[in-house]
Amino acid sequence: MTTDTAVHVQGLEKSYKKLHVLRGVDFDVARGSIFALLGSNGAGKTTVVNILSTLLKADAGTAGINGFDVATQAAQVRQSISLTGQFAAVDEILTGRENLMLVARLRHLKDAGRIADDLLARFQLTDAAARKVSTYSGGMRRRLDVAMSLIGNPPVIFLDEPTTGLDPQARIEVWKAVRELAGQGATVLLTTQYLEEAEQLADRIAILHGGRIIVNGTLAELKQLLPPAKVEYVEKQPTLEDVFFAIVGDDGEDAAASGDQSVGTNE
Amino acid sequence: MTKHFFGDTAVLLGRSLRHITRSLDTIITTTIMPIAFMLLFVYVFGGAIHTGSESYVNYLLPGILLITIASGISYTAFRLFTDIQTGIFERFQSMPIARSSVLWAHVLTSLVANLISLVIVVAVALLMGFRSGASALAWLAVAGVLIMFTLALTWLAVIPGLTAKTTDGASAFAYPLIFLPFISSAFVPTHTMPGPVRAFADNQPVTSIVDAIRDLFTRQPVGASIWIALAWCAGILIVAYALAMATYHRKISG
Repeated sequence: MTTDTAVHVQGLEKSYKKLHVLRGVDFDVARGSIFALLGSNGAGKTTVVNILSTLLKADAGTAGINGFDVATQAAQVRQSISLTGQFAAVDEILTGRENLMLVARLRHLKDAGRIADDLLARFQLTDAAARKVSTYSGGMRRRLDVAMSLIGNPPVIFLDEPTTGLDPQARIEVWKAVRELAGQGATVLLTTQYLEEAEQLADRIAILHGGRIIVNGTLAELKQLLPPAKVEYVEKQPTLEDVFFAIVGDDGEDAAASGDQSVGTNE
Repeated sequence: MTKHFFGDTAVLLGRSLRHITRSLDTIITTTIMPIAFMLLFVYVFGGAIHTGSESYVNYLLPGILLITIASGISYTAFRLFTDIQTGIFERFQSMPIARSSVLWAHVLTSLVANLISLVIVVAVALLMGFRSGASALAWLAVAGVLIMFTLALTWLAVIPGLTAKTTDGASAFAYPLIFLPFISSAFVPTHTMPGPVRAFADNQPVTSIVDAIRDLFTRQPVGASIWIALAWCAGILIVAYALAMATYHRKISG
């Protein structure tokens, strides 16, 4: 493992009772890159992430994060990572600001209040800062969730299906946040079942299938696996997504804030 | 990472204490059942129960306090279960914190919440005519026994909190604990019970704890009963703590 490798996984195996979920998973993630682990439901993506974030022990194989072994140096690994799980793991009873301060304090940082305020501003949550999270929309919750993961600037960030269950606008916001993270030098490993998400974000894409990584490469490399593109002339119809954004506006703010607009009044 | 144990526990304790102050209903609902029992037994059944003490509410209060604790600790199981369901438990586990502080924060929160509930129940008992000439030292001893009992049952509550599959499952375990005082000296003297029932009542922890608290309240010499009571509390505490920690380590080691 070289110093340019932030995540190194070799021969990872894991079974739940009789179910052999991982049968030897190998991949490396370069420092500062976005790596997408693609796979259908039940392929074992979350299992991989949980092993890498020290929540689960592998049956066989090794995994290193930032040069630390997940099995023998779990404490150093936890110092180097943050995990955003499949469901927004936020405290519903606390306010958004209190959630952020809680994580800052648990990471033993000084000035938790300032850290919280900075992140609230960055994720457009300042207006909702003093509200209980139970009143947040799904997108706001996810933004808060991602913001909580950034506290302490951990060099390696795991995002397990970060946009599952989000509406298109919230999804684009999370994507923006992920790109920002990588732009600041963090290494991002994200799992997703949305092909478009991997296409949009990832520097490298690996497909987990049948307990193994069956393909691993850049989008261009993956595209070369299929016969070269054939030129066809197709009438371009607007997709429903195009229509949706044309009507509600794709500034990414809460839909409720922009008021209603009837079809036909173009922006 | 254990060097952060006290700091992390304090931060997480602050978090779950906020849960309590923002949902005071958890404390209210904890006190409703014991207060209802107290009203029912003092004003309805009490007249027919002969305990040998001049005031039935004086006789009854120690058992009611234990019922209060037994119904209060189910919220620990519930809060822990909710943390696991929402994923925030995993978030904490993946962070560089002293891992056992997650449990300790819940246990200490239970202690605070139960002490508040106990104060409310005692206040209602005072309104209903409860009087005690106990010294400050005796009140401290009562508080000590109740704290030990709360800690013991709270660690017990941690186990279903960690393992339950549903919210109901997380809190259902408390029901037998709530009804244990009925087969003890809490409501009626045990010598009125038929042989086998009496044998059970005389030798189960609630009777010795109730007797010890009652002796402290009535300024009787406490004698051996307080040591038996404390031994029961310590015994349950040690076993429950060991089981809870074993469950916890099995849970987080995957």
